[in-house]
Amino acid sequence: MTTTLDKPAAKPRKAKKSEPSVLFDAPGPRARVRNNIIAVVGTLILLAIAYVIFARLQKEDQFDGKLWDPYLEAETWTEYVFPGLVGTLYAAALGSVLAVLFGVIFGLGRLSDHRWVRIPSGAVVEFFRAIPLLILMFFVFSGPPTIATAFNREFIEITPFMAVVIGLTLYNGSVLAEVFRAGIQSIPKGQSEAAYAIGLRKNGVMRLILVPQATTAMMPAIISQLVVLLKDSALGSIIAYEELLNKGFYQMKANFGNAVPALVITAAIFILINMALGYLATWLERRSRRSRKSAAKTMGTGVGAPPAPGMSVTGQTTGEAGGVGAGGLS
Amino acid sequence: MDVLFDFTPVFDNMGDILQAFWAVIRLTVTTGILSLILGTILAGMRVAPVRIFRGAGTLYVNVFRNTPLTLILAFCALGLSDTLHISLSTQSTVNFYWLAVFGLAAYTAAFICEALRSGINTVPLGQAEAARAVGLTFFQSLRLVILPQAFRSVIAPLGSIFIAMTKNTTVVIVASYVESAYIMRQLFEEEGATIPMFLAFAIGFMIITLPMGFFFGWLAKRLAVSR
Repeated sequence: MTTTLDKPAAKPRKAKKSEPSVLFDAPGPRARVRNNIIAVVGTLILLAIAYVIFARLQKEDQFDGKLWDPYLEAETWTEYVFPGLVGTLYAAALGSVLAVLFGVIFGLGRLSDHRWVRIPSGAVVEFFRAIPLLILMFFVFSGPPTIATAFNREFIEITPFMAVVIGLTLYNGSVLAEVFRAGIQSIPKGQSEAAYAIGLRKNGVMRLILVPQATTAMMPAIISQLVVLLKDSALGSIIAYEELLNKGFYQMKANFGNAVPALVITAAIFILINMALGYLATWLERRSRRSRKSAAKTMGTGVGAPPAPGMSVTGQTTGEAGGVGAGGLS
Repeated sequence: MDVLFDFTPVFDNMGDILQAFWAVIRLTVTTGILSLILGTILAGMRVAPVRIFRGAGTLYVNVFRNTPLTLILAFCALGLSDTLHISLSTQSTVNFYWLAVFGLAAYTAAFICEALRSGINTVPLGQAEAARAVGLTFFQSLRLVILPQAFRSVIAPLGSIFIAMTKNTTVVIVASYVESAYIMRQLFEEEGATIPMFLAFAIGFMIITLPMGFFFGWLAKRLAVSR
């Protein structure tokens, strides 16, 4: 009894020590000595880099207490950081909901049997995926007023908030549409054939068979894209939307001249939120890989958006990029 | 109605627009090379036998991947340049160009590292074992056996990253360097012809990104490792 209990306890420790990898053997005595030497040298190099950064910060008096003092006052948090955070979360939450809706509609549209639905949906999705989000946001912000003037109509007031949400919806919705399409297509054909065979119609096949299975498979990829959406909401600061980057970095820097502390605090908040979402995506991915309820192959948190036009290569690497955290970079 | 689709302002300002896209291409090429080098080093660190390198690599990737690019580039201008007085060139535009390139490359490298790492995972165990069996060291097996195969299997994801990076060059507007987004906003204000201007810039980006997509797709198929 005791021996069986001891063994599993010993195993993880051994595994941790030898760190088996594709690239190197469990180190023997000589390799361990060499690795230790390299580790010491590596530590010294990393410390040297850290020192260079530290020295530069020291030289410019960035460790001066008065630059960090604002963060000790409640007002800084209630006036700048929290309102900014609320602005970011508000835009990201609304953008997420709308982007998922947009993605479902256009993703299913691209799978339609009718050409007059399929081709326009495809054109919309490919157009918004191909252009930079910032360009799109600028247009959403300044376009409608000039269009209204051209029609001699009343001036349409587009607030920065609306521009951010619409931009995030159109861009990320288009990416999600591709994710949905890939998710539905990843389900083996036998599933829909069996569904048709037992007499379901197109609507039933989609609603009862394909979408439920695809949803579990797509969840990690969707959450990764929502991380991208949250990061992209920071673009709103460029059109003067009051979100975390605007309030927590620009306004703090303008009022207190503390770029470095403001960067540290603002980045830390973004990283914490995104890593939490990233953990959620990885957890969901692992869970749905384990479960056999769905015939679809789980789409990984991956290395970003679905391939650009002309790049749909079979057998390409997606997913299992591992690492904790966010999805793609755009 | 005619005013909305009057493309003459686009042709009148063609010089500015071409200049904007020339800046996009310059940024893309420099950042692409720099981030590929940095990303490969990071990927090597993340699979290294020494724990401190793995830890440093993981920390870097998690920090840069989860920070908005806008914040990184804003810090390049307001933090590195204005506060820390880091100057890479006496000429202001050249200085901001390199700061923008370094910010963009630092961000993109994290994604390239992750793509490469997932490529390393696709290399069959036997390849690495054979490399070790013939006596190659960690660096030799990485350089001669693992990375060449890993690169070939992640060309398509790398292509996606480079295309996204091309689109991300617009964010350089916050790092005080003049490129497409800045010029488009300026032309919006000067000309007011928002729809033609927007379409011109959208088409411009498609002209750059679509061939990139087809090129990387072709390259991925051509260099695919047959197993």
